Amino acid sequence: MFFDEMLDENGEAREPYTAYCDWLKDMDSTALRRKAREADAFFRRTGITFNVYSDAKADERLIPFDQIPRIISAREWAKLTKGIEQRVQALNAFLHDIYHDQDIIRAGKVPQSLIARNAALLPKMFGVEPPGGVYTHIVGVDLVRTGKDEFFVLEDNARTPSGVSYMLENRETMLNMFPELFSGIRVEAVSDYPLKLRRSLSASAPPACDGRPVIGVLTPGLHNSAYYEHAFLAEQMGAELVEGHDLRVADGRVAMRTTQGYTPIDVLYRRVDDDYLDPLNFKPESMLGVPGIFDVYRAGGITIANAPGTGIADDKALYSYMPDIVEFYTGKTAILQNVPTWRCADADSLSHVLDNLADLVVKEVHGSGGYGMLVGPAASKKEIAAFREKLKANPEGYIAQPTLALSTVPVLAKSGLAPRHVDLRPFVLVSPDGIDITPGGLTRVAMKEGSLVVNSSQGGGTKDTWVLED
Amino acid sequence: MLGRTASGLFWMFRQLERSENTARLVEAGMRMALTRAASGENEWASVVTTAGAGDAYRETHDGYDADRVIDFLLRDKRNPSSVLNLFEAARNNARMVRTALTREVWENVNEGWLILKDALARPVPSSHLPDVLSLIRRRSALVRGSWNGTALRNDIYCFARLGTRIERADNTARILDVKYYVLLPSTSNVGSSLDNVQWESILRSASAARSFNWLFGGETTPMKIAEFLTLNAQMPRSLRFCTSDYVRALDTLCELYGERSDSRLLAHALNEDLAGQTIEAVFKTGLHEFLGGFIMRNNALSLQIENDYRFNA
Repeated sequence: MFFDEMLDENGEAREPYTAYCDWLKDMDSTALRRKAREADAFFRRTGITFNVYSDAKADERLIPFDQIPRIISAREWAKLTKGIEQRVQALNAFLHDIYHDQDIIRAGKVPQSLIARNAALLPKMFGVEPPGGVYTHIVGVDLVRTGKDEFFVLEDNARTPSGVSYMLENRETMLNMFPELFSGIRVEAVSDYPLKLRRSLSASAPPACDGRPVIGVLTPGLHNSAYYEHAFLAEQMGAELVEGHDLRVADGRVAMRTTQGYTPIDVLYRRVDDDYLDPLNFKPESMLGVPGIFDVYRAGGITIANAPGTGIADDKALYSYMPDIVEFYTGKTAILQNVPTWRCADADSLSHVLDNLADLVVKEVHGSGGYGMLVGPAASKKEIAAFREKLKANPEGYIAQPTLALSTVPVLAKSGLAPRHVDLRPFVLVSPDGIDITPGGLTRVAMKEGSLVVNSSQGGGTKDTWVLED
Repeated sequence: MLGRTASGLFWMFRQLERSENTARLVEAGMRMALTRAASGENEWASVVTTAGAGDAYRETHDGYDADRVIDFLLRDKRNPSSVLNLFEAARNNARMVRTALTREVWENVNEGWLILKDALARPVPSSHLPDVLSLIRRRSALVRGSWNGTALRNDIYCFARLGTRIERADNTARILDVKYYVLLPSTSNVGSSLDNVQWESILRSASAARSFNWLFGGETTPMKIAEFLTLNAQMPRSLRFCTSDYVRALDTLCELYGERSDSRLLAHALNEDLAGQTIEAVFKTGLHEFLGGFIMRNNALSLQIENDYRFNA
């Protein structure tokens, strides 16, 4: 049985949902359906789309939006924020350590081979001091829930987490559609995120910055799947939306080509991957980056957010070490739980995994996007047998996790309210002044009955996420 | 402001202006065809030429029947100047310069594109043509209206205005140039009813029939029409009206940026030349030569603006 966040076993509204459910029971379903169409039209008009390249012709699609909010109580949220803050602090301390003294390796908490042989490690970052000491200015921590007080971190996103524009637009849409709801129920605001992002980035300005920091958002361009978000954030922050060919290195600074000549940029919120950032220092064939930007960065001429090389912190192979990492840097037990993970490199774990393949999810350590993965409960006997051989041949290439019973929240389906599985991505801002977590985050929902896949590329949708005021 | 942003704004407004003008040309062409079906082929040929789509059209078609010309001008993917392609290009530019647009303007561009994409998804039956043409003009007007109502009057505004006006002057000059022979006193048809229809078509192509009649009453002469569309400073689609706007926009830019620019000098020279002209002198040197000269200088100004304000790396 799955934990439904709105209704308990008796079909009664759980505490955070009581006021909403009171309102909902007086609404007629035709009106709600009309609202759903209005929301669709609103998203189309504002152009909140993402690009898909499934066929030869690039197409813009809407991410399905469901109008039933996902509601979190003040108490639940307070506990989550403590855990998220602790985890993000540890991530930054870990990154500093890895690119400097590597105490954690010497302490034997993380195996050296795991770091040294990791593709996400950026050796050029060794000894580099990022401005303000911040590595991950923006973090998305993906959480799943399995019970009343059971939250797990599914993964950390320490590179360029996306989706925050949906969080903001979902709320705007809800405010437009149901103003009366928000006058009756006190929901924590999210609309100041762009302002906070701007402040947070400004506070991380490099030594070379004099005066008010000039901020740019670096996008790969119009055809990137998240272009809408890049433009949205630049617009909301009052920052410049730049592409690689707008920028060049001059006089030890990175400067953008304006109508009046070249002007230095102080902080670059980049939505371009490490590899493509600088053709002189990384992938030479990259057309998206700026030749020489990394040298300027190393010399304190620009802040790059997030810092290059942060991928080592959200690597799958390291995930299982996160509880130790958190404890090592904060001196306290991790508040947020990891999903139990068996490292197949370990002989005892391997035998457990081999005995229970049909119930487990087995992932390739360096895989992504669901490739090379075995979902035990959904796999055939033949697939399991084939996977068993692969696993035995290269145990250290795999980790295994139990199949999680993700919580559900109802969506408005054709037949009426129907439970669907959800996850949650809160957005965390880190600056030298501290850590700020926007109440709520992005709730992703699997729109298909029974599906555990919430990714938008797989037809997943989103919901507005409410954190109730105390 | 980024040079690329200035470029995106400039072209976005050029493309919107051109799509609107193409709709106007089709409308005038339709009117001609309704009035006198006989030499329809010639009329549609001149519409295609005026729309600047002559080469692209001849590559894929021979013969100028109404349906094929209209389809080509409104929705053919192979015609870079089709209304659909222009609106899509304008919308892409709007996405690119999203940070320089107000939300209202962006939504109007985006919604306009969604609606036109739908309206032009299939060939437009002639019974729907008037509706679709008016839809195109209304959609373009909505963008311009929300722009005028919400845009800050800074450099962003100047580049948008320059794009609109440069495209408009170019279009008006081409409308006249393609039909200049109709306005020449020497043609054999002078004073015939054929001329009247042609003249009216010229005015219609520039949405100027009503204001022309209002200003000049019954006095419809080729010279008056030519003067109205070139040298009249009050007619919003005339060359002179556009050049005086170039001057205003480029003066403002130079003031904002505290620097001189070559494009400002070109604009002043062009505007002063028009201000000092009389229509009699234009006809004496030749209307065609005059228009050809203007189109060249207008293009040169556009290139100088791109250069002065670093549109490209």
